[in-house]
Amino acid sequence: MALLEVRDLGISFGGLRAVDEVNMKIEKGALVGLIGPNGAGKTTVFNMLTGVYRPTDGGIRLDGENVVGKKPFEINKMGIARTFQNIRLFGKLSVLDNVKLGFHNDVTYALPESLIHFGSYRKKEKLMTEKAMEILKVFDLDGQWNYKASNLPYGKQRKLEIARALATEPKLLLLDEPAAGMNPNETAELMQTIELVRKQFDVTILLIEHDMKLVSGICEYLYVLNFGRLLAEGTPSAVLSNPEVITAYLGD
Amino acid sequence: MNKIKNLWATRRDSVIAFGIVIAAYIVVQIMSMTGNISYSLKGMLVPICAYVVMAVSLNLTVGVLGELSLGHAGFMSVGAFTGIVVTTVLTDAVPSDGLRLAIAMVVAAAAAAVVGVIVGVPVLRLSGDYLAIVTLAACEIIKSIVNVLYIGMDSKGLHLSIVKQSFTLEEGGKMIINGPIGVSGINKISTFTAGFVLILITLFVILNLINSRHGRAIMAVRDNKIAADSIGISTTRYKLLAFVISAAFAGMAGTLYAMNYSTVTAAKFDFNLSILVLVFVVLGGLGNIWGSVIAAALLTVLPELLRKLNFNDYRMLIYAILLIALMLFNNSKLKQMLLERRGSKKAAKTEGEVA
Ligand SMILES: Nc1ncnc2c1ncn2[C@@H]1O[C@H](COP(=O)(O)OP(=O)(O)OP(=O)(O)O)[C@@H](O)[C@H]1O
Ligand SMILES: [Mg+2]
Repeated sequence: MALLEVRDLGISFGGLRAVDEVNMKIEKGALVGLIGPNGAGKTTVFNMLTGVYRPTDGGIRLDGENVVGKKPFEINKMGIARTFQNIRLFGKLSVLDNVKLGFHNDVTYALPESLIHFGSYRKKEKLMTEKAMEILKVFDLDGQWNYKASNLPYGKQRKLEIARALATEPKLLLLDEPAAGMNPNETAELMQTIELVRKQFDVTILLIEHDMKLVSGICEYLYVLNFGRLLAEGTPSAVLSNPEVITAYLGD
Repeated sequence: MNKIKNLWATRRDSVIAFGIVIAAYIVVQIMSMTGNISYSLKGMLVPICAYVVMAVSLNLTVGVLGELSLGHAGFMSVGAFTGIVVTTVLTDAVPSDGLRLAIAMVVAAAAAAVVGVIVGVPVLRLSGDYLAIVTLAACEIIKSIVNVLYIGMDSKGLHLSIVKQSFTLEEGGKMIINGPIGVSGINKISTFTAGFVLILITLFVILNLINSRHGRAIMAVRDNKIAADSIGISTTRYKLLAFVISAAFAGMAGTLYAMNYSTVTAAKFDFNLSILVLVFVVLGGLGNIWGSVIAAALLTVLPELLRKLNFNDYRMLIYAILLIALMLFNNSKLKQMLLERRGSKKAAKTEGEVA
């Protein structure tokens, strides 16, 4: 059974058919790319996978469990975490606290312990801090753990979002244009980090990217979306030589 | 490692802050025992404590959760009248004033929390301006209900009605809440010490909350609801949590406040009071708990101090100028700079954690 199964997924906004008849099957441990020109519906697919939008048609299953109709926070608990195209950090909180929040449902203690700081409070906070620092290290953010998140440079903010998502220990990680706004060096470095993360955290990754060449470097399978429909899918080399894909991108 | 140092610095800061509050209490206590405090100022000590607790608890909703509430006085009202009923009922059973007051506060907190849930569940589906307007309405509804409430006690126990005509007590029964006339003949058992202890408890609990997983979740909801949702945090749950804890402390402040006067009416806990407390919170700094303490205490005594200093003619003018100056300072680069001078590490930390 595939980790993620998307069947005939579709959504309409008023008269606009933003996504239509999208089918995807992602195996556990895969690193898959979702590409397509501006406005193709990529982010909308993510929003449906994470419960931000409720699809008007089709089904989504994670590990065989139905996802459609669940609330976003419930879907995260089921095992899907994501980052956002327009960065959404907890801006006034520290870098460390942003990641510690990712452990909210994993390392827990009760409300009275929060109010009076007794019982397992100290132990659990320490554990959470250690775990968070470990993840921050992977993204080379540990040196800035006490920065206010909104004070980080743009590229680092993107990384922090990935770190926070990983802290929820997801089965499936969705990255929406993780390299947007980064220079070529930073981008290359990030792509390496993503590959590393997949192995180290044993997570399946679906990532959106504009730049086809960039994803073809690390993704083993690509889905191409155009005007809300799947235009092509397959290995990067097959997809990139597909004439339809080339026209869609050149006509962009 | 600088991490440890930083944690130490935070703890040291809050020890210092608690130290200042305790020192202030001791100074005032000595002054009042040696007769160095004017009669009118002495009468303000308990209300000041109540306002500090109100401001700190409202800051939890407005500063930490980030939702504007214009109805905080409503919860204070619930706590005030609950406290009055509880202390009256327990007059014989619990002879110790302090213990009776403490029990009354706990019951008042519970009552205000229950009302907090009733108001919060529908209201917290909204946000921003809508939420603010509905909290205001909720406060008015509470006021109207208390205004027609008749509660009395006789040998058969407590009686409650919202119709005066149908309200009768046995011979020798005691009227506790008399509708729009309110309550009179209260046994004034609130003391400055009781208020001081309540402030310490409020600060301890709310600062602890802010530095916990629950508090972080509340601040996450404030900073970005969609992101909070995306990492498995139920935004409605944590909004409600902050709102209800905030209401519970307002309830305790209500009991403290009410038990300091011989008469109390529902009209006292109106929109103006909600706004007054909101002013303390905004001027003290959103999310800045110690700022709320200082603003509430300072702005309550200030008009009185100015009167004493024979500034009577210009009293309100000076008060207004000070309000504006504080507001400007709060939004200024100067404050930012001062904060940064206290160490770049600290400045990076969050407002809520400045503590
Ligand atoms: N909430 C919404 N209401 C109405 N239309 C929407 C909504 N969300 C998305 N759309 C529309 O759906 C289409 C797909 O948008 P989407 O953001 O998914 O594209 P995208 O592939 O992520 O593009 P980009 O590469 O620019 O991020 C667009 O036409 C967009 O305007
Ligand atoms: Mg997009």
